Amino acid sequence: MEQTKYLVVGSSHAALEAVTAIRMHDPEGSLTLLTRDPHLPYSPTVLPYVVSGRSAPDGIFLRDEKFFATLGVQLKRGTALKALHVERNAAELADGSEIAYEKVLLATGASPAIPPIPGLDQVAYHVLRTLDDATKLNAAIKNSKRAVVMGAGLVGMHAAENLVKAGAKVTIVEMAKQLTDGYFDATAAGLIAKAFTDNGATILTGSRVVKLASSAIGALLTLENGTTLEADLLLVATGVKPNMEYLAGSQVEHDRGILVSDTMQTSVANVWSAGDCAQAKGFYTDAKIMNAILPDATEQGRIAGMAMAEDPGLKKYPGGVPLNTYHFFGRHAISVGSSKVPEGGEVVTRFDEASGRYLKAIFSADNRLTGIYGVNEFFDGGVMCQLILRRIDLSPVKGRFLAEPMKVGREIMSKTWR
Amino acid sequence: MGTFGGAYNTIAFDANKCDGCGDCMTACATAKVGVGDTARSRIQIVGSADDGFELALCRQCADPKCVTVCPAAALTKNSASGVIDWNGDKCVDCLLCTVGCAYAGIALDAGTGHVAKCDTCDGAPACVPACPHDALTYITTSRIYNEVGDWEDLFAPGLAGCQGCNTELLMRHTLRRTGPETVLATPPGCVPGMGSVGFNGTTGTKVPVFHPLLTNTAAMLAGVKRQYKRVGREVLALAIAGDGGASDVGFQSLSGAAERNEQILFMVVDNEGYMNTGMQRSSCTPYGAWTSTTPVGQGTGSGGMPSQGKTQDAKNLPLIMVNHRCEYVATASTAYMEDLYDKLDKAIAASKRGFAYLHVYSPCTTGWRFPTDQNMEVARKAVETNFVMLWEYNPADGLHFTRPVDDPLPVTEYLKAMGRFRHLSEDQISHIQGKVVENLAFVKQMAHVAKA
Ligand SMILES: Cc1cc2nc3c(=O)[nH]c(=O)nc-3n(C[C@H](O)[C@H](O)[C@H](O)COP(=O)(O)OP(=O)(O)OC[C@H]3O[C@@H](n4cnc5c(N)ncnc54)[C@H](O)[C@@H]3O)c2cc1C
Ligand code: SF4
Repeated sequence: MEQTKYLVVGSSHAALEAVTAIRMHDPEGSLTLLTRDPHLPYSPTVLPYVVSGRSAPDGIFLRDEKFFATLGVQLKRGTALKALHVERNAAELADGSEIAYEKVLLATGASPAIPPIPGLDQVAYHVLRTLDDATKLNAAIKNSKRAVVMGAGLVGMHAAENLVKAGAKVTIVEMAKQLTDGYFDATAAGLIAKAFTDNGATILTGSRVVKLASSAIGALLTLENGTTLEADLLLVATGVKPNMEYLAGSQVEHDRGILVSDTMQTSVANVWSAGDCAQAKGFYTDAKIMNAILPDATEQGRIAGMAMAEDPGLKKYPGGVPLNTYHFFGRHAISVGSSKVPEGGEVVTRFDEASGRYLKAIFSADNRLTGIYGVNEFFDGGVMCQLILRRIDLSPVKGRFLAEPMKVGREIMSKTWR
Repeated sequence: MGTFGGAYNTIAFDANKCDGCGDCMTACATAKVGVGDTARSRIQIVGSADDGFELALCRQCADPKCVTVCPAAALTKNSASGVIDWNGDKCVDCLLCTVGCAYAGIALDAGTGHVAKCDTCDGAPACVPACPHDALTYITTSRIYNEVGDWEDLFAPGLAGCQGCNTELLMRHTLRRTGPETVLATPPGCVPGMGSVGFNGTTGTKVPVFHPLLTNTAAMLAGVKRQYKRVGREVLALAIAGDGGASDVGFQSLSGAAERNEQILFMVVDNEGYMNTGMQRSSCTPYGAWTSTTPVGQGTGSGGMPSQGKTQDAKNLPLIMVNHRCEYVATASTAYMEDLYDKLDKAIAASKRGFAYLHVYSPCTTGWRFPTDQNMEVARKAVETNFVMLWEYNPADGLHFTRPVDDPLPVTEYLKAMGRFRHLSEDQISHIQGKVVENLAFVKQMAHVAKA
């Protein structure tokens, strides 16, 4: 049986950071990276730009073969983990073969969650998570005249924008009352929605697809209120679910994701998990949350790698902070932190209708920043995140901070953690 | 690139010198986007006159967060320059890098809609010369590390210097730079004492080395150089001598060789005493210092008198050498490697024309009594207090300071860093501080005269 000291499953952000962290401390220990994807590592986040044609599919790779060869990492592409046998420290692969490991990292990320709507399995639809998904969708949008996007999260919105720009008539159907729920508030969502409708898209929020059937051009969707929509291109972007089927029947504890400690260790001592498949502590609550975003995947991946290599420089995970950036029709939106207003806390907003600039900041009762959102108002998200993580008292500068968050953020940075 | 991976140049900021004028930002924006709009500068001065000014600028991190969060492989650490390169063709404007960086080192340029960051203008940053107060400097010391790493160390490994010895560091650097076409003369002192001239018929040096007397180093080396010239072989004739061997008994031959303008490079490793033979005082030992022949205590002085260290001031040998009008004379310190290498290069070139003299201050952990890991700190404090001044001289340009210290620390900052001055009385300290001021005025005067 093949043997390896470190086995890393997945080849995306969390996995790649873990590999780097392991090699920083242990340049020699045998390291094997497996991924079920046939391609070199790439980021799911870049895929909307492959769909639009802006990024060439062969220009998005995050690492090349040489990188792995130089670090002495064995890369196995197109190789899926089927089952993890922790009782004998073995990973069973799709082809039935096994790899024995000393330590394993599960960084298998997430896949599109397909809602259980009657008829969905009878029609052709697209999803967007892998490079192959993106190249298929890129070919399809060129021929699409009427497209429907199910789900108005960031994945759906990105794809919808591409479809609009490619000339299709696009309808976005979203169950929730607003789009980009969870990241942006109603005002910000309104600005985003307006940009879409100005460009000819139709947005149906608070709408649920209850039935699908195939039609002459593709699919016929029936909504809860009885209206029907026809689509020659259907994209399902209703959320993600972690990839952890290989844990079926295993001792590794999992809930909505794989449960991990603040060093990314699972309930089994030599098994770690990081990224979109992991469920780790949140920054605002000790409860374990899913925080399926790229920056957190890299952070968790690094911590897991350091823990696996027993790097004494390891620092514990401070807890996940939601973060996002979103570019739409030449405008941008940034969200850092929680949208929840803490008890006794304060929300301050500022909106300039003419320029479309919107800022919202949320403070705790003792004047710590807990969340900040901007549309067309640039600030350094990384600096804001530190203000939150370090719980910096903003009482002396609050007024100025709201007027010029970028400037004041930089001032505090340069005096506090430079 | 050096054996241990690369070192890189960097833009350094001295907050104490910045008055917030913003000239660097104007220069950056002009260089990068063609307009002087400071909001579009990649270097951002933040803060206020009351609170002090600080900097938001890409640090070109070794372990860059922006690179790890970029989904488009648009950011990469350039292993040759150390700069984080941004590739506009790959960037998809997602702004995730601005969330990854905790230092505001990469930000949105509203003028283009893309992110922008410092690229050090390909090694000639526009902001640095634009600062009217010298608050910004472009530190290029990494060149030494990267180049020197590939040069051959011409001493055997495992020389028996004391732990933390500055002299060993200095001689290894010097020979790396002068290279294999060197003939080395090294009179009695720490340099041969630690084994460079060898044991039992084997040598500790990978170039021809000889061990003249304390008294005749410069004379012997001059003869050796002439013989090489006669047979038509180009070599660098190098002496590495201690301060005792140069300023005391070796002085007459040194002065003679300088007067005859012999084509040699004479380096003095000034550890301010005869450290190799048991830490006796030399004419370079400073006032007040303890040595084994200038002891401290009741009844340790001559005739059983109480004694408080050396009672005479040090001889300023490099200034005496200036008065020989040598091809090149300079003082240097291992705490200022860039300056030292610059002077080494000039001294090597000058030694092809005539006499070159380099005087390097070399703190001695054993004889000066400080912890073995404090060498650089002691060397730096000597310069920061003006106890030691870094300058150079050549007949055409005269004398000038290479690292002027505008705002010197009180000399006590230097004195308290080591044990040999521990016993000093207030009077002795004020004598030393007075000498520092006097020496500075004296060298300044010479610099002034030279200019006129
Ligand atoms: C279209 C789109 C846009 C996005 N935009 C943003 C954004 O703007 N900002 C943001 O923060 N995040 C965004 N995300 C989310 C972000 O991409 C993820 O959070 C991030 O990729 C998570 O990284 P990961 O390493 O945990 O997992 P993933 O990137 O999901 O990678 C999982 C890896 O595991 C492999 N794998 C899975 N199962 C197996 C198995 N059984 N055996 C072997 N290998 C397996 C996969 O092949 C893949 O290599 C976006 C995602 C998508 C799809
Ligand atoms: S804005 Fe450009 S450089 Fe920055 S993370 Fe996105 S793709 Fe990379």
